[in-house]
Amino acid sequence: MSASGSRTPPAHVLIVGGGGTGGALAHDLTLRGLKVTLVERAEFTSGTTGRHHGLLHSGARYAVNDRESAVECIEENTILRRICPGTFEENDGLFVAVTDEDMEYHDDFVKGCAECGIPAQDLTREQALALEPNLNPDLKAAVRVPDATMDAMRMPLRFFATAQRNGADLRNYMEVLELVVDQRVVSGALVRDHVTGKVGEIRADLVVNATGPWSEKVAAMAGVDVPISPSPGVMLALRGRLCNMVVNRLHRSGDGDIIVPQRALSIVGTSSWTVEDPEELDVPEDHVRRMYEEGVKLIPAVRQAEFRAAWSAARPLIGSRGAADTGRELSRTFKTYDHAETDGVDGFLTITGGKATTLRGMAELCADVICKKLGVEAECRTRETVLLPHTELFAA
Amino acid sequence: MQTFPAVEDAVGTVAAASESRRLRVFRFKRGDERPHYETFDVPTIARTTVLDALRWIQNHRDHTLALRHSCLHASCGTCGIRVNGREALACVTTVRDLGREITVEPVANLPVLTDLVVDMREFFTRFPDEHPLVRESEFPPESEPPEGIEAFERYEDCIECGLCLSACPVVVTAERYVGPAALAWAERVAEEPRGADVANFLAWADDPDGVWRCHAIFECTAACPSNVNPAARIMSLRGTLLGRKLRAERHEDHAT
Repeated sequence: MSASGSRTPPAHVLIVGGGGTGGALAHDLTLRGLKVTLVERAEFTSGTTGRHHGLLHSGARYAVNDRESAVECIEENTILRRICPGTFEENDGLFVAVTDEDMEYHDDFVKGCAECGIPAQDLTREQALALEPNLNPDLKAAVRVPDATMDAMRMPLRFFATAQRNGADLRNYMEVLELVVDQRVVSGALVRDHVTGKVGEIRADLVVNATGPWSEKVAAMAGVDVPISPSPGVMLALRGRLCNMVVNRLHRSGDGDIIVPQRALSIVGTSSWTVEDPEELDVPEDHVRRMYEEGVKLIPAVRQAEFRAAWSAARPLIGSRGAADTGRELSRTFKTYDHAETDGVDGFLTITGGKATTLRGMAELCADVICKKLGVEAECRTRETVLLPHTELFAA
Repeated sequence: MQTFPAVEDAVGTVAAASESRRLRVFRFKRGDERPHYETFDVPTIARTTVLDALRWIQNHRDHTLALRHSCLHASCGTCGIRVNGREALACVTTVRDLGREITVEPVANLPVLTDLVVDMREFFTRFPDEHPLVRESEFPPESEPPEGIEAFERYEDCIECGLCLSACPVVVTAERYVGPAALAWAERVAEEPRGADVANFLAWADDPDGVWRCHAIFECTAACPSNVNPAARIMSLRGTLLGRKLRAERHEDHAT
């Protein structure tokens, strides 16, 4: 039953933030018949979404220490391959053990994958080297899992493209200056259009804060606190495809433990620390060096590869700052806050946490909360709806 | 202590010594009579990129400056601009290499929406209607890497940045010319069809405003940040089309 089928006009939801989360939510809500406006202060996917290393997670990275995230990842991995045909390289991933200590982790890893429903195939040193000749020849064992390479911008843009085709009003270069709050009810936003330079107001029945590491700042406009730790990581892009599969270090999560081939580049990632402000992220030199040092342990050719870029991106991890030193202790899962329940401020939700691989699932859970709140009865349809190509976003 | 030849390129040999550079930035908001240029003095270190400098201006001087960016490592193509008149990706162009005063403008041959942001719809209208640029790259288990794995590139390399279109001197005067990006794409499909209707795309390219409009100036190839080499692909398409025509004529000769 679609809300647009009823006599009254559909409820209007204003989404603040044009990253993967906001785009997927716009798509989900539009399919459920709601009127959706999304505003993003800069280009879509320019905050955190577009900057990640381009890994479609199998969930294996979290199979031992963060099972909730691992299960979310493998479920969404399967769904995304179905609804985004052509967006992923079908290249799979290897988890490679290079030290005796790594080998001690091996059994827990394989067991964790099995328990989370992640297909994992044990490979010998020889089998791994046959697949990836550039791997460290001293490797001890490897496990093959259904990781894949994605385009960090174009995969989420397919959600935007489809939402737009279905009637969502998506506005980039439109910045929220203030939220309209009256008697502890949020009813819209004051925005600046950076295309015209003009300031105006957008009214809505519900405002959703989907601003990732900026969630705390936007929530503060409504006088509520969101416990977010912006947790940046440094990544390094090298010229040339040093591997064809995604290559991970088989160990407990650590710095520089993944190499993602991305077109004609190889991305080495990542480090992790926490900051107060996600606006101006440093690219610490020692972190860049660590990417080289750790990357070499997986693929020795990292040493000679030509430098292309080094950059930082801030993950929006759930948890209070101070509770974590590096951010690695925090879960990669996601959460929707209804601020009527948590803070007594109505008409305002925050969706945050998560990762690119789980964007659709995050949107589904958040849309369920929104529909319940607005009294809309509509099933989620995003598991089956095949998304338009990203180029449709630019259809004249 | 391990040494890494490339690491000094990455982090810069001179640590954090700040020097000022002047950026002359193209400004335009819809409703303005004409664009103007605004100058900003920006502190830079060895590895500061043009994108870093522009974002510094946003954060410290003028919050309303609009620009496109996403991946920060030359993979998404959004930050294509002109720096001192030359096409560049702002995220991998180091400020220190560009002199004391640096002029930053949006790419040419696409309509400006605001400041450094152009309307990319005009880029995509040049392609045929169905044009999947990012295509599946399957991993056949029997595959063997040819001549070193560096050559083993199957994921499509074009990042739709528009720099080739901006650099093309023909597009300036030939408004209907489809331009290098779309033709490079057509050649890629002809080279590896994966079930696509090649004859249809060749017919599309075989047009006065298709491959035959190109003057072989190779500015597109010089501007391409992803080594797609559009000019060579256009030449290759011409070769394919000429070959087909000659074969067809010979066939007709034999028939008479």
